[in-house]
Amino acid sequence: MISTLLKRELKVARRNWIGLAIPLLFFIIVVSLFPFAVSPEALMLQKLAPGVIWVAALLSMLLSLEQFYRSDYQDGSLEQLLLMSSPTSVAISKIFAHWLLTGLPLVILSPLLGLLMQINYGFEHINHTWVLMLSLMLGTPTLCLLGAVGMSLTLAANRNGLLVSILIIPLYVPVLIFGASTVTASLESLRYNGELAILGAFLMIAIVFAPFASGRALKISVG
Amino acid sequence: MAKAWRWFHQLGSPKYLFQKTGQWLPWIWGVTLILLAVGLYYSLWASPLEARQGQGHTVRIMYVHVPAAALSMVGYIAMAIAAIVGLVWKMKMAFAVVRSIAPAGAAMTFLALFTGSVWGKPTWGTWWEWDARMTSELLLLFLYLGYIALHSSFSERSKADKASAILAIVGVINIPIIYFSVKWWNTLHQGYSVTQKGALAPEFQVPLFTMLAGMYLLFAALVIMRLRAEIILRNQKSRWVMEWATADTKKVTHD
Repeated sequence: MISTLLKRELKVARRNWIGLAIPLLFFIIVVSLFPFAVSPEALMLQKLAPGVIWVAALLSMLLSLEQFYRSDYQDGSLEQLLLMSSPTSVAISKIFAHWLLTGLPLVILSPLLGLLMQINYGFEHINHTWVLMLSLMLGTPTLCLLGAVGMSLTLAANRNGLLVSILIIPLYVPVLIFGASTVTASLESLRYNGELAILGAFLMIAIVFAPFASGRALKISVG
Repeated sequence: MAKAWRWFHQLGSPKYLFQKTGQWLPWIWGVTLILLAVGLYYSLWASPLEARQGQGHTVRIMYVHVPAAALSMVGYIAMAIAAIVGLVWKMKMAFAVVRSIAPAGAAMTFLALFTGSVWGKPTWGTWWEWDARMTSELLLLFLYLGYIALHSSFSERSKADKASAILAIVGVINIPIIYFSVKWWNTLHQGYSVTQKGALAPEFQVPLFTMLAGMYLLFAALVIMRLRAEIILRNQKSRWVMEWATADTKKVTHD
């Protein structure tokens, strides 16, 4: 059931691939603003890099949420999907598709942004790019899961867009803290497995609760 | 047990709840005002100054700050419990309770932040510090405001109730996670000292506990007043509300 739903999500997304490219472009453009705003000095950028890249990733995840829920809600296909299968499996397929098409590309693009933000400046033998990728790999699924709950709640609301951000950003804070501090710890040549383990723990908690909550919320929005 | 359940079910009836809260309210307000008067007298005039940290009068801020901070968290937990009751037993009045707690809770959160800031300036030398407790309190304020924003953006009240109830529950699962994350991240605020033995001298305890009791009751009174307004708003079309409203205007015209 879930694989059928997932195939459908991917097919819909493939036919609207520009919509998926925009959040990625946003990710790159936001990060490249910082050298202009702060200073192009490498040491300064390196210090800012973990936070800037993580905040940009978080915002572009929020931007891309709309696409997976809004149009399905408006054209009524969400209602049909909910008739066809359980709300939780609809939520799971949407969350997984969202991560596959936004979270994973962010992870793949992140070395480029690490390069722009001089993440390896002054380090001869250590490569921080892997740590950045690893932290995003563990953190972005949690962002997808929490975002799905917020998006499902606001589908039937009159004002949207910004409303989701207000609801969800406070819940994103723990992920942001540990995601960015993983990279910072690596930059300071400290051990970072603890932070990665906590990111993993957040992911586990979110996997247990979020699909269920999101499914309930989808049902409320449609019903 | 059966009696307790019947009472619980009766509270689900808007009319019964409205009448009962109307009977309780004057008593709650009376006790609240007495407790707050006594508590404020003790905390503002009759309590000693803090000598050890050289804070002088700033210690008096604590008597408002601690109850406000406690209520900001208790309020959110109460909201989540009412939300669960509403979603599980489909009690409409539980949703009205959730909606009524939100503004009072947000106000308490703001009060805790404001008094903390005013206290922090002379004591720590800064209005704001990104410390664990302060940061999680700020995020709690955002959660309250998010709940209110979500609830007010639906045209259908039943959808608004259910969707924002889910948000309240998701928020309450996140509060400990947020709290421990920011605690690990940065800490300046002193530890929890109210219930530790010997941490607080008796002459500070009397005004603090009086103020705690007074503020809890004030919170209850504010929530009940809001709840009564919600009940009237949600049952505008039912007969007893019409009768209640017209009876009220008749009384006014007779006077």
